[in-house]
Amino acid sequence: MEAVLSVKNLSTYFYMEEGVVAAVDDVSFDLAPQEVLGIVGETGSGKSVTVKSVMRLIKSPGKIVNGQIIYKGTNILEIPENEMYKIRGKEISMVFQDPMTSLNPLYTIGDQLMETIIQHQSVSKSEAYKRAVEMLQLVQIPEPEKRMRSYPFEFSGGMRQRAVIAIALSCNPSVLIADEPTTALDVTIQAQILDLMRSLQERLKTAMIFITHDLGVIASMAHKIMVMYGGKQVEFGSAEDIFYRPIHPYTNMLLRSVPRIDRKIDRLQSIPGQPPRMIDIPKVCTFLPRCPKRTEKCQTAIPPMEEIEPGHFVRCFNPVRGDE
Amino acid sequence: MLKYIIRRLLISIPELFIISFMIFMIMYAAPGDFLDQYRLDPTISAETLEAMRKEYGLDQPAIVQYLTWLKNLFKGNMGYSFYYRRPVSDLIWERVNATLILSVSSLLFSWALGIVTGIFSALKKYSFSDRILTVVALGLIATPSFFLGLLMLYLAAKTNWFPISGMISTSYNQLSAWNKFKDILWHMILPVSALSLGSFASLMRYMRGSLLDVLNEDYVIFARAKGMPERVVIYKHALRNAINPMITFLGFSISGLLGGALFIENVFGWPGMGRLIYQALIQQDMYLVIASGLISAILLVVGNLVADMLLALVDPRVRLT
Repeated sequence: MEAVLSVKNLSTYFYMEEGVVAAVDDVSFDLAPQEVLGIVGETGSGKSVTVKSVMRLIKSPGKIVNGQIIYKGTNILEIPENEMYKIRGKEISMVFQDPMTSLNPLYTIGDQLMETIIQHQSVSKSEAYKRAVEMLQLVQIPEPEKRMRSYPFEFSGGMRQRAVIAIALSCNPSVLIADEPTTALDVTIQAQILDLMRSLQERLKTAMIFITHDLGVIASMAHKIMVMYGGKQVEFGSAEDIFYRPIHPYTNMLLRSVPRIDRKIDRLQSIPGQPPRMIDIPKVCTFLPRCPKRTEKCQTAIPPMEEIEPGHFVRCFNPVRGDE
Repeated sequence: MLKYIIRRLLISIPELFIISFMIFMIMYAAPGDFLDQYRLDPTISAETLEAMRKEYGLDQPAIVQYLTWLKNLFKGNMGYSFYYRRPVSDLIWERVNATLILSVSSLLFSWALGIVTGIFSALKKYSFSDRILTVVALGLIATPSFFLGLLMLYLAAKTNWFPISGMISTSYNQLSAWNKFKDILWHMILPVSALSLGSFASLMRYMRGSLLDVLNEDYVIFARAKGMPERVVIYKHALRNAINPMITFLGFSISGLLGGALFIENVFGWPGMGRLIYQALIQQDMYLVIASGLISAILLVVGNLVADMLLALVDPRVRLT
């Protein structure tokens, strides 16, 4: 199927006084309509910068230095900045990590919802109001008419994230980006929000990019998974590929560090070493210093993304095979 | 809301008593009194001095003096000035207008300019014009207003472009109403500039910092992410949040309306309250000092109340109960 969003060789660098940070380096992926792509990686691996680049929300000193972001045939990077607001929120919209700070404290939920609808759809105020109430119903906020007049501070964290989701989906975007939407919530609320997002995604048939560092969350959400480390994608494949046949040493070790209910072990494995300092890193695999499988060859070049089996890509010279 | 305002005003009454008592005691604790200047004068006899001491009530214990003043205050009498031998309220009333003309116009000027340039400077962060504004602002903040006033006086004296002193020209009484207005305006330019430039500069820096903080907030980025045009992002979402912390400053500015121009009024010979208070302080003209201190305190109370009410108006999270 034709991809709705296709990212090709995206690189976003931050030009700091201390040096250049390659926050996202040579990342490519396709997102098919109605598909959910999960991006996993630890803090600082470039997940957020990748999706912020897609939205063109990167601010100086950050800069998209290379690549293409093709949305329905148009390269988003070639659109002038003053046209971008037609894409943002309408075609591609985004839900942020912390619902406590994503909503403007001085305006009512209704106002913030309606302004989005009015901005993107040529509707009257009363139609926008009706649509806004419907959206609040859709995200299962009780008494939506009353809640339209509430301010964010009158909402709990879970309710605010529901409101944020309502705003993000209010104009039927083709792509919804969720940047760790449940990280700031406690576990029971997390489950509710995930359920909501899953059911809305199925109902509205929106393609979704779902970022998390929680492997349990991604397993229940994503069709495809991209694993990032140190600004680079290290593995890309279907959820089954990644969870049952991880072939990059990092993915492999990462999955072993997750507690599992069906396997009894005394000690969880951890990955020795520290995530890389991202300033002016050498042109080798970013996982190299922590990799148990490194060889001479790893010191010479960055491994390319290779398709090991259909639809399953890895960036490694020495992939893990079978039951290693 | 109304209940809240009434309660705040009621609370301020004991506050004002305490403030007036403290001013009284501080004045009393200062060495010497109003009559010292007469004691040094050999032409004034000891009997006359004693008579004056009685007349002014300076022979009474301090607490009796204070209570007498308080009793008179309830009758609407703020006491008599020793020096002018006239009611304090008359003296202040005569000069209040001149001071208000000066301080209100400088308040408006510095706020309007400070907010606008602050926004400009934040939106053009690190640009050439932002850097220029930063240098100018830091320079103005570092310069005391009386020194700025002296510099302007020097300029005025050298160029003859502006009057160097006073509020009206000698020919004022012969002028038509429009020309009278223009005459005062002409006299105001230097003192108002000297008074406002410093506060303009700090307001600009506050506004810049506040807006820059807000521009990094998640809700501003979210507004952008949901496709609001930049104009809406800045003027609807960011600016209203950035104005919030400024409102507290407005409360303080209101408290300085009558007393804040003291130095500038002296430098420019402006016939306002600042000079009156300054002279009263030097001569230990007790009741005039207390009255002016009390007025400043009242303005501070009112200023804070106004700021709190404005904040409640702007920010739905603030509830006045």
